[in-house]
Amino acid sequence: MIRKILMLLALCGTVALSIPVFADEAKAADTATAPAAEAATPAAPAAAPAPVPNKGDTAWMIVATVLVILMTIPGLALFYGGMVRAKNMLSVLMQVFATFSLLAILWAIYGYSIAFTEGGAFFGGFSRVFLSGVTPDSTVATFSKGVVIPEYIYIAFQLTFAAITPALIIGAFAERVKFSAVLLFMVLWFTFSYLPVAHMVWYWAGPDAFTTADAAAKASATAGFIWQKGALDFAGGTVVHINAGIAGLVGCLMIGKRIGFNKEAMPPHSLTMTMIGASLLWVGWFGFNVGSNLESTGFAAMVFVNTLLATASAALAWMFVEWGVRGQPTMLGIASGAVAGLVAITPACGYVGPMGAIVLGIIAGIICLWAVVGLKHMMGYDDTLDVFGVHCIGGIIGALGTAIFCSPKLGGTGVYDYVANATAPDYSIATQFVSQAWGVGTTLVWSGVVAAIAYKITDLVIGLRVPEDQEREGLDSTLHGEKAYHM
Amino acid sequence: MKLVTAVIKPFKLDEVREALSAIGVQGITVTEVKGFGRQKGHTELYRGAEYVVDFLPKVKIEAAIKTELLDQVIEAIEKSANTGKIGDGKIFVFDLEQVVRIRTGETGAEAL
Repeated sequence: MIRKILMLLALCGTVALSIPVFADEAKAADTATAPAAEAATPAAPAAAPAPVPNKGDTAWMIVATVLVILMTIPGLALFYGGMVRAKNMLSVLMQVFATFSLLAILWAIYGYSIAFTEGGAFFGGFSRVFLSGVTPDSTVATFSKGVVIPEYIYIAFQLTFAAITPALIIGAFAERVKFSAVLLFMVLWFTFSYLPVAHMVWYWAGPDAFTTADAAAKASATAGFIWQKGALDFAGGTVVHINAGIAGLVGCLMIGKRIGFNKEAMPPHSLTMTMIGASLLWVGWFGFNVGSNLESTGFAAMVFVNTLLATASAALAWMFVEWGVRGQPTMLGIASGAVAGLVAITPACGYVGPMGAIVLGIIAGIICLWAVVGLKHMMGYDDTLDVFGVHCIGGIIGALGTAIFCSPKLGGTGVYDYVANATAPDYSIATQFVSQAWGVGTTLVWSGVVAAIAYKITDLVIGLRVPEDQEREGLDSTLHGEKAYHM
Repeated sequence: MKLVTAVIKPFKLDEVREALSAIGVQGITVTEVKGFGRQKGHTELYRGAEYVVDFLPKVKIEAAIKTELLDQVIEAIEKSANTGKIGDGKIFVFDLEQVVRIRTGETGAEAL
């Protein structure tokens, strides 16, 4: 609602400002000597001036959006690609590239509208379908009253999230799924899981609506389901990582293990690529997390530091535990630890302090290591690239950990009260933990069920798996007619 | 004429080549190979998935030589490829029936 008002105001402002300009042009045509100062005749005063985006904020959001694209292609693609066998390298790169491109288009057609316009608590509306009504002057709210950013860059920034999240799932069923099946599954899962979960967690009317307690209650009622439960998710622990992670687990359970799993050697074909990919993920993640602040402020700088420290501590935690338990520190281990740390700090990065971020990283590094080494072995599923173990488990640690380390007593920010225009004085870890658990539980169930149905439909329509001989020969030559390496 | 084939540790290749050049061997052919002998393989661990690597990378060199050079060649390889540790490799000696230099058509010892 507030966005509509803001847009209306922006529109009024534009019209009001343009009138004297036209008048000036007409005058200039008549009498070339008319003094230019006449053009400065003030327009009729508007009720309240519509906020104008700050150029610094806009510039930062453009850079942040580019960084998230870098994080996906090539970052995620190389991180994943390096871990599969050489015969399937291109299939992974292709799946990530095509998923990103496909969902970018769907985002513009209907995704943005369903996720980020007012509707119900689970789905948004259709007012922005085909990006209708968006102009260079359209703005959206940020987390500060009276501060807006251009809607176009917000659309693009959120597009990158909508495109990388489904791409994360690819790792769970890598090396055995038909390319066409991946595309169909992505459309279904994106539409019925990503969009509603993004709406549930992130859609709210914006801070300007929170003027009085009554107005706040009214504005809150229009927000998404998980938002209304009070769950905090700064950059996508639930929306991105738990959402994708559980869909990955359902996928590898329904699709089945790769031929030769636990019998044949399936070592990563290039940990160099994986290291490059992990490093690009780390760099790109600054766009992801810091960009989620929507403004270029000191708060953004805090998010930056948290993202830096949690990642470093998780990388070290994974490395040292592996070193102690298995005898050697590995490149794959430290890279995996870094990604686990990035995942865990994602929901928390705007709510915790730097020391909280370090502790959260250590916890994520150790538990995610256990998830991919111990839990996976115990349960016997073939999550090829550990999407569940790193993204879902790491996301849950981050989401629940946010409740703990958000506490001002533990160096966190507490929760901001937009009515009082100050940090709420009474932060309760237990209350917040329950809110966070709502976010985690809802996402797990919603995405898990949607994923199961989407895989089933895809299996019936196209068939999920490639035939055995194609799987043995590798997907690069059989599905794409090319090879990653000619040596 | 003899054909001497030796399987050695890859990092010893340069020393072996120098030692053979020094005693007048005109050329060798080198192949990267994998194999197993008494030296055990090793295990690799990727996120908890343990793979036993049985076949270790080695370098195979082949040299066609005059029979009178044989003892010197064996000695040169033995000395230059030796580390004293398990996995140093082996030398195999075969009788060589014929050699032809393709460019000139020379045959036998002339072609070596």
